[in-house]
Amino acid sequence: MTGTIGRIAVNVFRESVRDKVLYNLVAFAVLMIGASVLIGQLSAGQEVKIIKDLGLASMSVFGLFMAVFIGIGLVAKEVERRSIYALLAKPITRTELLLGKYAGLVLTLVVNLAIMTAAFYAVLAWMNWQASEGLRKSWEAPALDPALLKAIWLVLVQLMIVTAVALLFSTFSSPMLSAALTFGLYVVGHFNADLRNFESVVSSRAVAWVARGLYYLLPNFAPLDVKAQVVHGTPVPLGYLALTTGYALLYIAALLTLAAWIFSRRDFK
Amino acid sequence: MTARAIRPPARWLALGVVAAMAGAIALELVREARYPRDTVAEAVLYFPPGRAVTRLALSYDALLADVYWIRALQHFGSTRLKKDLGEKTYALLDPLLTITTTLDPQFNVAYRFGAIFLSEAPPGGPGRPDQAIALLQRGLEAKPGHWRYMQDIGFVYYWWLGDYRKAAEWFNRGADQPGAPWWMRSLAANTLAQGGDRRASRALWQSLAQTPDNDWLQRDARRRLQQLDALDAIDELNARVRRYREAGGGQPFTWEALVRAGLLRETPQDPTGTPYELGPYSGEVTVSPESSLTPMPTEPPRIAPQP
Repeated sequence: MTGTIGRIAVNVFRESVRDKVLYNLVAFAVLMIGASVLIGQLSAGQEVKIIKDLGLASMSVFGLFMAVFIGIGLVAKEVERRSIYALLAKPITRTELLLGKYAGLVLTLVVNLAIMTAAFYAVLAWMNWQASEGLRKSWEAPALDPALLKAIWLVLVQLMIVTAVALLFSTFSSPMLSAALTFGLYVVGHFNADLRNFESVVSSRAVAWVARGLYYLLPNFAPLDVKAQVVHGTPVPLGYLALTTGYALLYIAALLTLAAWIFSRRDFK
Repeated sequence: MTARAIRPPARWLALGVVAAMAGAIALELVREARYPRDTVAEAVLYFPPGRAVTRLALSYDALLADVYWIRALQHFGSTRLKKDLGEKTYALLDPLLTITTTLDPQFNVAYRFGAIFLSEAPPGGPGRPDQAIALLQRGLEAKPGHWRYMQDIGFVYYWWLGDYRKAAEWFNRGADQPGAPWWMRSLAANTLAQGGDRRASRALWQSLAQTPDNDWLQRDARRRLQQLDALDAIDELNARVRRYREAGGGQPFTWEALVRAGLLRETPQDPTGTPYELGPYSGEVTVSPESSLTPMPTEPPRIAPQP
């Protein structure tokens, strides 16, 4: 089973490369290099902070668009091109196909983020080299802070959830609707801390309980965002990373199981 | 007819793109000239100050804070450069800084620089030390016990409000924080004993000039120290002008008169190397408007000597 999933995953990755998905890396590189040259003139000594914020936010945005727009097409494209019939006629299960597609997109995101991280650190290394000793001392965290990897890791974890959400929606709805629903859930996932404390703004206990239920049901993206803490040099404990990653992996498992269940019952006639 | 025959030539397509873009840019320029819009006011309208801002920003609040920080700097810088004094209102500085620090409550420099910008007296700034103190107090809510913000609040009370008791209170509060330098306590004592005295002011700016937080803060503090040096030099030069007049020389119209009288060796220059100006009618010595030390600060009132 693992071998089949692996082969499908590699094919999804190759297809992404053929579709020139990794061209976004060029945009990222241009953005980082351009910003590092221009920001120094504008930010009154805050260029390293701004480059870190910009780099981490760009990784998240580029990754989000990839996860959503490729994720919604993983199944839909096969159906649209009628290649799903040929695939399902092969000795692979629908679950293997789905998991392979998911793993392939995650692999694409990992490669993409790895290259972005290398470019990001290269720009920071250049800024670090250019800065005076006094300026370096004034930074809240060193330019080449390894803690940035913690934020990047949680960006990847967040994108893995988004990919699973997009894949789930794509098993039963049209690509456009899947994209809208995935983006909607992404936004809701950043607001859902409000649902937890809903009882303080509504008098109905029933509504408060429904809100509390939704809080646990919907993906919680806010704890996966430690970009600001890392940039300001605030420590992010490894225990925190382990807990948030564990939550994400279990949530992804639930989403993929649901997606596999829906996909296994879908009629392609 | 084949598909190749009906395909328009590439150069015509390129020409079409260039022509269309040129037309669009021309129309944009005409629109900007006829219906100019206040771009900074628009910038503030993107987000109202308040907690809702952080929610709307999703997980990109730190990056948006950077954008608003740059807007605050641009607003301060461009307003400062305006020639018309009526336009130097800096009305958007406080909202922009509030949005910046709401989006990123840990943005240390936004509090510290922001307080300097807000308290700077007109025309160099809006002259709102009250807003500067409020900004720094919000910084203290985000980072309780951060002695630098307490030092800055004390500084605003000292330099811009002339309230030495409050200033000393804040310096003492800062000195009580873990990691605060030893000189904070003596700063408080000096403020109470010799508030408004130029030596006390110099000690205050020297403490800021030694801040490792930021190059810009150090440069600003060094400029202030140069202004204090210039004030000392102006006092000395005014004394020499008086001596010239008392010696029967009348009103000296130029520095050469004082050089010839042996009261000066050469045309005096401020710490930036720009010659001081001698008012031809008033005889008052001032810093040249061309000097980077302009505008000179209004010194805080001196504390009444203890009996």
